[in-house]
Amino acid sequence: MGVTQGAEKVSVADCNKVLGNNVMTTSLDLVVNWSRSRSLWPMTFGLACCAIEMMATGAARFDLDRMGILFRASPRQADVIIIAGTVTHKMLPVIKVVYEQMPEPKYVIAMGACASSGGVFDTYSVVQGIDQVLPVDVYIPGCPPRPEGLLYGLIKLQEKIMRERNSFGAAINVGDVVPG
Amino acid sequence: MSQAVVTKLNGAFAASVLDVKEHRGEVTVTVKKEEIVAICQFLKDEAGYNFLCDLCGVDYLDQEPRFMVVYNMYNIATKERLRVKVLVTEEGANVDTVSTVWSTANWHERECWDLMGISFNDHPDLRRILMPADWEGHPLRKDYPLQGPDRELYQGRIS
Amino acid sequence: MAKKETMTINMGPQHPSTHGVLQLVLELDGETVVNAVPHIGFLHRGVEKLAENRSYHRALPLTDRLDYLAPMSNNLGYVLAVEKLLGITDQIPERAKVVRVMMAELTRIKSHLVWLATHALDIGAMTVFLYCFREREDIMDMYEKISGARMTSNYFRVGGLSLDLPEGFEADILKFIDAMPGHLETYEGLLTGNKIWRKRTIGVATISAEDAIDVGLTGPALRASGVDWDLRRDNPYSGYEDYDFEVITRDGCDTFDRYTARLDEMRESCKIIRQAVDKLQPGPIMADVPSVCLPAKQDVTNSIEGLIHHFKIITEGFKPEPGEVYQGIEAPKGELGYYIVSDGSANPFRMKVRPPSFVNLQALPQMIEGKLLADVIAAIGTLDIVLGEIDR
Repeated sequence: MGVTQGAEKVSVADCNKVLGNNVMTTSLDLVVNWSRSRSLWPMTFGLACCAIEMMATGAARFDLDRMGILFRASPRQADVIIIAGTVTHKMLPVIKVVYEQMPEPKYVIAMGACASSGGVFDTYSVVQGIDQVLPVDVYIPGCPPRPEGLLYGLIKLQEKIMRERNSFGAAINVGDVVPG
Repeated sequence: MSQAVVTKLNGAFAASVLDVKEHRGEVTVTVKKEEIVAICQFLKDEAGYNFLCDLCGVDYLDQEPRFMVVYNMYNIATKERLRVKVLVTEEGANVDTVSTVWSTANWHERECWDLMGISFNDHPDLRRILMPADWEGHPLRKDYPLQGPDRELYQGRIS
Repeated sequence: MAKKETMTINMGPQHPSTHGVLQLVLELDGETVVNAVPHIGFLHRGVEKLAENRSYHRALPLTDRLDYLAPMSNNLGYVLAVEKLLGITDQIPERAKVVRVMMAELTRIKSHLVWLATHALDIGAMTVFLYCFREREDIMDMYEKISGARMTSNYFRVGGLSLDLPEGFEADILKFIDAMPGHLETYEGLLTGNKIWRKRTIGVATISAEDAIDVGLTGPALRASGVDWDLRRDNPYSGYEDYDFEVITRDGCDTFDRYTARLDEMRESCKIIRQAVDKLQPGPIMADVPSVCLPAKQDVTNSIEGLIHHFKIITEGFKPEPGEVYQGIEAPKGELGYYIVSDGSANPFRMKVRPPSFVNLQALPQMIEGKLLADVIAAIGTLDIVLGEIDR
């Protein structure tokens, strides 16, 4: 309640404001992006069957810990929320509250067919894709996606984070992050 | 043997029993809804059907009466199943609760109310269980659209 | 006299220990639970209404997603119910029945492994989680070899199986079954004598046999309260009457007894799988009922009759006689029932799923009333619920 990110309108001048465009600032951006992407801490948001494949990805065979990924139960300590499973209208307010509690920078991964677009369940109670409510960065198809698929999606998110510009500037409050 | 049970039921509640059918090895008894609690209590105490497997509603949209509440029960000692069906009309869509006979009926009846709109008299806690509390309509009825009331109907082939 | 006030706290629906999207509103007096109200429905996907709009063949993949920890069990229940509706139960070939039993028992082991992993993880034993998931990966490899998917297999068909066993499958499954008792001993070595585990599970979340039957509890949770009832032995299906296995019961009615009962059930499942592999004989995998069963792939691609036959069944489906059936099977979590009503058309008129977890969850409030907050976690774990099934 209370804090909504990005509520103030960013003026046109602020949009283009970056710390600099030289080799020093881009190297600093690279360091910040690298440290963010190599220690993504997801929030455990397993809803349905995809949650089981997420657990299997975190288990011994397809280890997620080696990529720096540590599951955190509290949204306050998480970087990325992996929506794994079917989103229903009853669950939607809960997802919104939890998403708003996450601190910036935050990312959203829609794992599975149900989170991407409603999946098999084109019914009265299912939200047809979480992108109707949240800004999704990576969609992972599959029903459920194989653990290799989830790993590939996370790697793609890491690549997306690496392409961001002005991360260092945004961290010291000069302008905003320019998404990659 | 289920037939013996049905004969006993016929003897005790002759006025309420409307139909007895056997199909694929299963016995189905259709009764009137007024004496359902007494019938269920009789089946539990006298005939030994101490386990209620399932309680659900079925919507026959074009038939009169429109709804049917189906009780699937099981006798743990003799390992037999029995089905009791109750006719419910659309205007009087209420049945007495059997949660006094088997307390497992509590949630089943809540689901029947939530999805079918058949209310249960004297139920300890009749409120929605699967849909959000402020949902309007009863989704499993045949005249409720599959995609929901606020979305367009799916134009492709669904069957 | 001080006024006693209770505190109402909310647990879930997003919570690491609720095994899915379950919301528990707990009224606490200090650490003691005065009242607990479960709220479900956060995963209600409308599977029953969706099944009414699809033909019988096309409703089968929906059943995979009900109890997603034991997908082949749900498939089995649905397929048996539809075969009963059509009246072709005694025409299912022997090989199909044996493979169904084999995969159903493998699914039971798979589901119990997840139960043990998450139950132990919630109580604090994290090693068991990783060990159980390692075993589960082997089972999922076998699922993948046989059906193509690790989890949502959609392997059984009305009338038999979709594909025959691949080569070398019997050797794989025997290798797994030979190693399984050793793994079970490892888990027991970690947990059964462990003082912390015993303190957190003995005497916790008890329910008496009469209360359990009244509230509708089924499965290992009921058998651990002393009730000797197993649908595989009492109302056998798919050839279970030919197998020799014991029904595990315990008398303690508490969490520890449910834990030992499920571990022993895994051992019995290994026994049944071994007997099934011995029974396997070459033969057809699909019943010979042309109006219902899909023809073999070679016929479809090589002959025009096979092609037309395949086309008609896929596009029009089959139309059973009007009637209704209820088929209950012994799923890993309890009695999974399918009540299917047919009105003579190609779609099921009404498909009602009787989920074991839905009814088992009803027992939760009376198991934890008057107990401590930490026992709530143990109680949810021991009931072995899966929200996909509860909410459908």
